[in-house]
Amino acid sequence: MLGSLFMHLLVVLTLSPLLAGIIARVKAKVGGRQGQPLLQLYWDLAKLFRKRMVISSTTTWLFRAGPVVGIAVPLLASLLLPFGPLAAPLSFSGDLILFVYLMGLARFFTILAALDTGSSFEGMGSAREATFSILVEPTIFVIFIVLARLSGDFSLNGMFVPVKAGFNTPAGIAMSLAILCLFIVMLAENCRIPFDDPNTHLELTMIHEVMVLDHSGPDLGLILYGAAMKLLLFAALIANLLRPATGNLLLDTGAFLVLLLLLAVLVGLVESAMARLRMIRVPQLLIGTSLLSFFALILLLR
Amino acid sequence: MSGLPVIKNGGALPLAHIPRLTPAEFAAFCKVRLTEGARLVACLAVPEGEGDAPLTLYAVLADDQAGDLLVIAQEPQREFESLTPRIPQFHLFEREIGEQYGVNFIGHPWYKPLRFHAPWPGGRDAWGRDPKRHPQIGEMTYFTVEGAEVHEVAVGPVHAGVIEPGHFRFQCYGEKVLHLEISLGYQHRGITRLIEGGPWPQTPMQIETMAGDTSIGHMSAYSMVLEGLGKVEISPRAAALRAIALELERLANHVGDFGALAGDVGFLPTSSYCGRLRGDYLNMTGLLCGSRFGRGLVRPGGMGFDLDPAMAAKMLAALGPVARDTRGALELFFNTPSVLARLEGTGKVSARDAFYLGLVGVAGRACGLDGDVRRYHRGAIYAPDEIPVMIEEGGDVLARALVRQQEVEHSLEFLHQRLTTIAAGELLVAPPPPAPDSLAVAMVEGWRGPVTHVAVTNQVGRFRRYQVVDPSFFNWSGLALALRDEQISDFPLCNKSFNLSYCGFDL
Repeated sequence: MLGSLFMHLLVVLTLSPLLAGIIARVKAKVGGRQGQPLLQLYWDLAKLFRKRMVISSTTTWLFRAGPVVGIAVPLLASLLLPFGPLAAPLSFSGDLILFVYLMGLARFFTILAALDTGSSFEGMGSAREATFSILVEPTIFVIFIVLARLSGDFSLNGMFVPVKAGFNTPAGIAMSLAILCLFIVMLAENCRIPFDDPNTHLELTMIHEVMVLDHSGPDLGLILYGAAMKLLLFAALIANLLRPATGNLLLDTGAFLVLLLLLAVLVGLVESAMARLRMIRVPQLLIGTSLLSFFALILLLR
Repeated sequence: MSGLPVIKNGGALPLAHIPRLTPAEFAAFCKVRLTEGARLVACLAVPEGEGDAPLTLYAVLADDQAGDLLVIAQEPQREFESLTPRIPQFHLFEREIGEQYGVNFIGHPWYKPLRFHAPWPGGRDAWGRDPKRHPQIGEMTYFTVEGAEVHEVAVGPVHAGVIEPGHFRFQCYGEKVLHLEISLGYQHRGITRLIEGGPWPQTPMQIETMAGDTSIGHMSAYSMVLEGLGKVEISPRAAALRAIALELERLANHVGDFGALAGDVGFLPTSSYCGRLRGDYLNMTGLLCGSRFGRGLVRPGGMGFDLDPAMAAKMLAALGPVARDTRGALELFFNTPSVLARLEGTGKVSARDAFYLGLVGVAGRACGLDGDVRRYHRGAIYAPDEIPVMIEEGGDVLARALVRQQEVEHSLEFLHQRLTTIAAGELLVAPPPPAPDSLAVAMVEGWRGPVTHVAVTNQVGRFRRYQVVDPSFFNWSGLALALRDEQISDFPLCNKSFNLSYCGFDL
């Protein structure tokens, strides 16, 4: 238990900034640029944690609570999730609901912190974030139901077993749809293109970035670190389904970690190959994804 | 009203030849000509004395089909009846004159300050502000919308990117923009006042920095004014080099705009390639004159720098790969469905609105308004029928991008031709001093659209008034209309598709 707790925290704390670095690097390479160092986010975090903060005098404790919850939640949530062959340190039947609503809690506090500043930009960003997350939630739950049905287990630890069925069976097709949906959910939840552009400087087009505009120094560091961990958790959901299961602990763990990095490369490629959606199209894509997840469920119930 | 004096682009005529109409005649003439397809190019007031002296109103109308410019004047007055309700093209000109001389345009539906400076004669202010102090920028009543769930978003004057300052106020219903009001003036330097009494030795440098991205365009217009007032023609060689400089400026800016559009929609490949390619075009201008923005290149009477055959060959060789990469980056941009989905139908301006506001240049041509100074008022720089009609009908962001694409394609071919054979002639013949008591009009198709300069000289041939009309002057209103009923998240994209100049407007 303590050993797996240690391993989990180690993976989340050390590996997460690397994923962001890989995405940035892939985007730069495809765009014909040199790109920033792979470890840039580590340096950025180290820099931010040494800085002082500027805090608006109109804000209250809510503004400071946002980043703290933003980093505590992914750490807690990571304890519910298996990392490949490393079983989750905490596991109980129905913990998937806790997982989803821990994420919801983080979002709730980010939104409160944003509204606390009283800025019209941050209000707009909060409204967008709240709207889009409502549309993401059904997909996650339906996919979790699909996985629970496939595995017959209602805990995240037992759910994420690589399916042995061939891809021409209903179970295989349902699984493929689940992976596709989870990938789209990962892009949406982590504010990646085509839903949001993490690199833009245009406040009016931002969803997530605009909500954290007023944070600086260590608080901003917490937010960036928390965001990187969240990306790792969603990548881990997918990698858990894709990983090979040879039974060799070392080999399986290695394969799982490589898969995480490959998913980051894939995100980078998606971001390079397409433009952002118009904001009014985002709900359509999210609802489409929900429908896909329902199809996966119907295939299993048939 | 027959026998109206007609001049060509870059021409001058004595003030005495300009007919002075009564207000009613003036209004009727403008109404008829502007409805029949002419365009209001410039409108300026010239005081007939010191202090609160009456003002003579001059208007310059361009008749594209005939390639003529018509100049008319109105009897001197201290108070005017606004023409805006009948002819909306006058709306900004009237506000400009009102602010400059503290006069009223009765019946103007939207009478507000434009650049927030004190009235020039120092006397009465049109809005009753204290004429002794400099007004605060943005000091005016904004249009507001009230109601449940209606909210106001203020952007700027300081923006997130490294761009110029300007204030935008959105009245929104949720994500939908009901109205956008644009308030500029943060960069008002009073440049046209600095030119008055000139031409001074420092005037060329001031003109070149008036709108830094259109240095060559503005300097060409200023040079044409002095050449018109001095009644000289530039040599074919100087004309050819001016055309090369103008097209290089167009290419650099259009390609840069594609990069910015791609960046706004989050499409990285075109964004980073165009950023580099823009530099390549600027470097070619740099090769020509040592300044990447063409400062010192154009001079009254010709050009400040020559292009020898070796340098022309070098530029031609450089152009090949740059042109290939440009075409590649644009092809990728226009062949990506997710990009097109973002551009199509966004920020639409109807042809009717564009006509009434008198939109010009890329923005005007994207609404189907066929106006191009290079084609219809070509002056000495371009050959007949050298410039094709490059218009689109959509009026949206995509149409503005497509017009730019056509222009980039044409400019590349044009440069290739012009660099292969360059006409002979004197490089620079300084024009004689300007003619006294005259009015000169010069239009140059800069990369954004027509850059218009109008000069009025006094009895000793010095500038009595100098008016500059950057294409941005007309087109900012177009941007405000493009946002009506749009998503507020699409504003940056619409803004980029117009890419207007703040300093060119503020002067």
